[in-house]
Amino acid sequence: MSELSQNAKQVIAEHLPRYPNKQAVTLPALHVVQQEKGCVSNKAMREIAEILELSPAQILDTATFYGFFRTEDNPLGQKRIWVCRSISCMLRGGEELLAALCEKYGIAPGETTPDGKLTIELAECLGACDGAPCILLEDELHLRCSLEDVERLANEPLKK
Amino acid sequence: MSQTEFKPVLLGRVGKPDSQSLASYRADGGYEALAKALKMTNTEVIDVVKNSGLRGRGGAGFPTGLKWTFLPKDITGPVYLCVNGDESEPGTFNNRVLIEEDPHQVLEGIVISSFATRTTTAYFYLRYEYGKCYRALKQAIDEMYANNLLGKNILGSGYDLDIYLHRGACAYICGEETGLIESLEGKRAWPRIKPPFPAIEGAFRRPTVVNNVETMACIPHILKHGPEWFQSMGIPKDPNNPRDAGSYGPKLYCISGHVNKPGLVELPMGVTARELIDKHAGGVWKGRTAKAVIPGGLSMGFMTNAELDTPLDFNGPGRVGCLGLGTAAVVVIDDHTSMVDVLYNSCRFYAHESCGQCTPCREGTAWSTKILERIRQGKGKLSDIDLLMEISNSIGVMPGTTICGLADGAAWPIKTAINKYRSEFEEYIKSGRRSESAALAHSH
Repeated sequence: MSELSQNAKQVIAEHLPRYPNKQAVTLPALHVVQQEKGCVSNKAMREIAEILELSPAQILDTATFYGFFRTEDNPLGQKRIWVCRSISCMLRGGEELLAALCEKYGIAPGETTPDGKLTIELAECLGACDGAPCILLEDELHLRCSLEDVERLANEPLKK
Repeated sequence: MSQTEFKPVLLGRVGKPDSQSLASYRADGGYEALAKALKMTNTEVIDVVKNSGLRGRGGAGFPTGLKWTFLPKDITGPVYLCVNGDESEPGTFNNRVLIEEDPHQVLEGIVISSFATRTTTAYFYLRYEYGKCYRALKQAIDEMYANNLLGKNILGSGYDLDIYLHRGACAYICGEETGLIESLEGKRAWPRIKPPFPAIEGAFRRPTVVNNVETMACIPHILKHGPEWFQSMGIPKDPNNPRDAGSYGPKLYCISGHVNKPGLVELPMGVTARELIDKHAGGVWKGRTAKAVIPGGLSMGFMTNAELDTPLDFNGPGRVGCLGLGTAAVVVIDDHTSMVDVLYNSCRFYAHESCGQCTPCREGTAWSTKILERIRQGKGKLSDIDLLMEISNSIGVMPGTTICGLADGAAWPIKTAINKYRSEFEEYIKSGRRSESAALAHSH
C-alpha cells in the first residue's frame, strides 16, 4: 500500500509544473506529508523520491536539514506549539514562558507529551517582536502570551 | 519634508477595513502604477527605480535598480525573480505586517519588478511561520489571476507572469539570497560561493534577482510618484563620499524590547533611535533608561545610550561601530538587563542557526556560546573575554573565512558588546556570579 495519500500525491502533482525541475517540489512534498501524518516516514521519503526522480537520500538530506520536519522515530503530537526565545521575546519573558510551559507538561523542548497531544518547541525569532513574548501554534502567531494563554490554546479542541 | 507632516506611504492602508482585498486596494489607486509601467519599456522602468536611489530593505542596502542591471543583456530563456519573505532577523517584523495588512501593495511591486527584469516566473519564498501572510497572499494572488493582473497578457500588455508561493521550513539561513535559492531548489539551504552572483547564475542555474518584501512594496509608489518624490525623503548622498549612494525614501522601523509601545513605525529614513524610542514607542518601560539598543536586527550589534542620536540611515550605525542599518529593527535593552545574558542569547541564536557549511562559523558560533555558558555558570575567566574577541575577529565574510555573512552577524554583537561594555563582563566574571535567570540555562 502506498504511504502517500491521494491528497499528498495530488498536491505534489500540482506543484510539478511550477518549477523547471522536480527536485524543487521537495519542500512542498515534505510539508504536505508532515501535515497529514505528523512526520515523514522513511517509506514516504522513498515514495517522494520516486515521484521526483531523486535518491531517497536526497530527500532525507533536505528533510533533516530543516528543524521543521520530523522523521518516523520522532513524530509530532496533535498540536505543535513553538515558544520564541530570541532577543525581543527573551527581554519580555519568552525564556521563562518556555521553561514554565515545559515544566507544566513535564517535557523538554522538542518533546511530545506521553498522551501524544502536545509537542513543545523552542523557536528562534518568530517575527512578532511587537507582541513579545509570542508563540506559534501550527502556523498561527499569538502575541503577548502568558502561561495561561498558552495553556488555553493547548487545551482548545483541534481545528479541523 | 519635516517628520511632523510625514504621511505613511507603505503603511498608508494599514488598519483600513478590508485592506487586504483587491477592491479596496484598487479604490485607493492600486495597480495604477502597474498600468503605467506596462506602457513603458522594461529599461525605462529600471531607470526610474535606479534614479530613485532605492536601496534594498532586506539588510545589505544594495541599490535595487543597479542589481537589476546586472542581469545579462541578451538573455534567452527564463529569468527568475525570487522575493525574499524569509524575514527571520531577530527583532524584525516589518515584512509580516506589510503582507498581512496590504498584500496587493507587495504583489504589485513584484509584477512591476518582474516586468522590469523580464521575468515570467516569480517565486515568493515565505517563511513557514507566517501562516496568516500565506493565506493573505494566496487569496490576493487568486484575485489577481481572476482580474487579469497575473497570468497571460496582463492588462492587455502582452506581458505574461506567474507568481508561485513557496513556503520555507524554519531556517534563518534561507534569508541569505543563495541559501534561499538552494532551499527553493529543494536542497539544504547552504549558501553558494559568489561569484557567480545570482544575476548571472541563480535559481535553477538561470539569471535571478532576489529582492526583499519591503523593497517590492516601495516600487509601485516610485513608479507612481517618480524618483524625485522618493528622493525628497531621507538623507541625501554625502557629497564628499563618491561611494555613498544616499539613504532615500520612507523606511519601516520595527521597535521592540523594553519600550512602552512596541510596534512598527514608518518615517523618512534617518530618524534617530532616541526619537524612535521617546516619540514613537512611548519611551523605555518602567521609567528606566536604555542601556543598549540594537539598531537594525541582532546582527548589527549594539549602540550605547550615548550613541542614540545616531541617524538610522544606511551610514549612521556603521559610524558607531555597528555592522550597518540592517533591517532597521530597533531592540531596546534596559539598564536592569545583564549584557552577559543578552550576548549569550545572541551567540546561542547564531549557533542554532549556523548552517554548518563553513567550519569557522559552525565552530565559532558554538564555542562562543559555550564560553558564555561557562561565564554564566560563574566559572568564567577574564581571558574568556579576549577569546570571545578572537573568535569574533576571525569568523565571517569580512575576515574572509566564510561563504556568507551569517558569521559576521554573529561576530558584531560580540565585538560591540565587549568593546562597549567590557567592564560589565569583567565584573561579572570577577564576582563569580551566576545568572539570576534560571530559565536562560534551560537552553537546548
